[in-house]
Amino acid sequence: MTAGVSLRLRGVRKTFQDLVVIAGMDLSIGPGEFLALLGPSGCGKSTVLRMIAGLTEPSGGSIETEPEAGGYQRAFVFQDAHLLPWRNVLDNAALPLELMGVGRAERQKTARSALEQVGLIEAVERFPAQLSGGMRMRVSLARALVTEPQLLLLDEPFAALDEITRFHLDVQLRELWRARRMTVIFVTHSISEAAFLADRAVVMAKRGGALRLDRKMELPDERTNELRGDPRLGVEMKALLEAIE
Amino acid sequence: MKIIRAALPPLIPFVAITASIEFLVRGGVIRGFLLPAPSAVFLAIWNDWDELARAMLTTSASALIGFVLSTLAGIAVAVLLSSSRWVQRAFYPYAVFFQTVPIVAIAPLLVIWFGYGMKTVIASAFVVSIFPVIANTLTGILSTDPALRDLFQLYGASPTVTLFKLRFPAALPQILTGLRVASGLAVIGAIVGEFIGGGGLGSVVDVARTQQRIDKVFAAVLLASLLGLALFGLINLISAVTLRRWHASEQA
Repeated sequence: MTAGVSLRLRGVRKTFQDLVVIAGMDLSIGPGEFLALLGPSGCGKSTVLRMIAGLTEPSGGSIETEPEAGGYQRAFVFQDAHLLPWRNVLDNAALPLELMGVGRAERQKTARSALEQVGLIEAVERFPAQLSGGMRMRVSLARALVTEPQLLLLDEPFAALDEITRFHLDVQLRELWRARRMTVIFVTHSISEAAFLADRAVVMAKRGGALRLDRKMELPDERTNELRGDPRLGVEMKALLEAIE
Repeated sequence: MKIIRAALPPLIPFVAITASIEFLVRGGVIRGFLLPAPSAVFLAIWNDWDELARAMLTTSASALIGFVLSTLAGIAVAVLLSSSRWVQRAFYPYAVFFQTVPIVAIAPLLVIWFGYGMKTVIASAFVVSIFPVIANTLTGILSTDPALRDLFQLYGASPTVTLFKLRFPAALPQILTGLRVASGLAVIGAIVGEFIGGGGLGSVVDVARTQQRIDKVFAAVLLASLLGLALFGLINLISAVTLRRWHASEQA
């Protein structure tokens, strides 16, 4: 089982030239938590995620993790699949291990098992151009899972997909998390997706990165599509909606 | 059947134009010393085949060597230029020099530097064909998907690994576009070089011109363009094979 990372953001600031995107954000995330970071477009939620990933340096404040940076595996899933079009599905999923210097036989074995988990084992030989959008996104998920990350960061990963595919992938992601219990931070602007997926949802203000709401979702651990019509989900969605500007 | 269907459309204007020129020359509308009858051109190819074939081989070798050199050097220069914005600002204007330099004007210079013969011809082919390789490779390398660069950074890939596993393959479609343009230019550069440096089809054109053998001039020009076409076809073939699986430009 993958142990989750805990994080503590203290007074995190981010400015681009004169523009203050995040004015000072405090947030603690426990190990193995499934957190949805919700907010209107342009509120800086992706910037926060990129800072947590180490892809962008904060302009001020600190991000502490337990274990410390370098002592855990992290993975990032982008809004679009962003696969290497010249590689087949298997070699795409195995890429992170390849970059980390894992031998060919071992990384392919691990990639196969990750692809199996996302239901793509039939497609290992195919190329991205031959896949549907949903399948491409599942390869992207498998690529993120292949290192058994203790911290999984997702930046509106299913936003570009049709609703049916998205519903399916939501359930799949939740199941993967239940099996591994890594820490997940899921950035989205979809209220229903945030409520359905996460155990805790944080709503960001339109500007400056202030937190408008930090709420625990009172929903069962297992999330299936039946829950989508459940009044309990409706209650959570209403609470999130009211917090969004 | 497939070949016929592919070859038929360009064949129709070829036959029509050749036939009408033949007709106009034979009918005396166009005078043969200005524009030779196509039959005379083919006859020249037939009669002077040994000389023309040898010349074509020489030109091919020079053009091909010049082209390969500009491919290697062009890609290397593009990689260096892509290493930092500062390097790019400092050196790119000088790369543009290769694009703007009038090859006819500097060909005599090349003779002074490299002497009469193949070296000058290769240098001429190289000079005119390197810029499209640099420009296209650079654009390709610089336009690598930022998300994929982030991904490589996330897993600690070194710049060298990123270059070979991400930037190069991602730039391949643009690199091949550059090579297509460069292949035609290399043949032109070789012919121009031969006008001054001697040898190959360039010399044949020059000598035949002074001998008033316009049929032979046309024969040499025809073979030169066939040479360019063959090189272009070769790049297309490489492109089809390497991009077939993943790039929209090679998918039906």
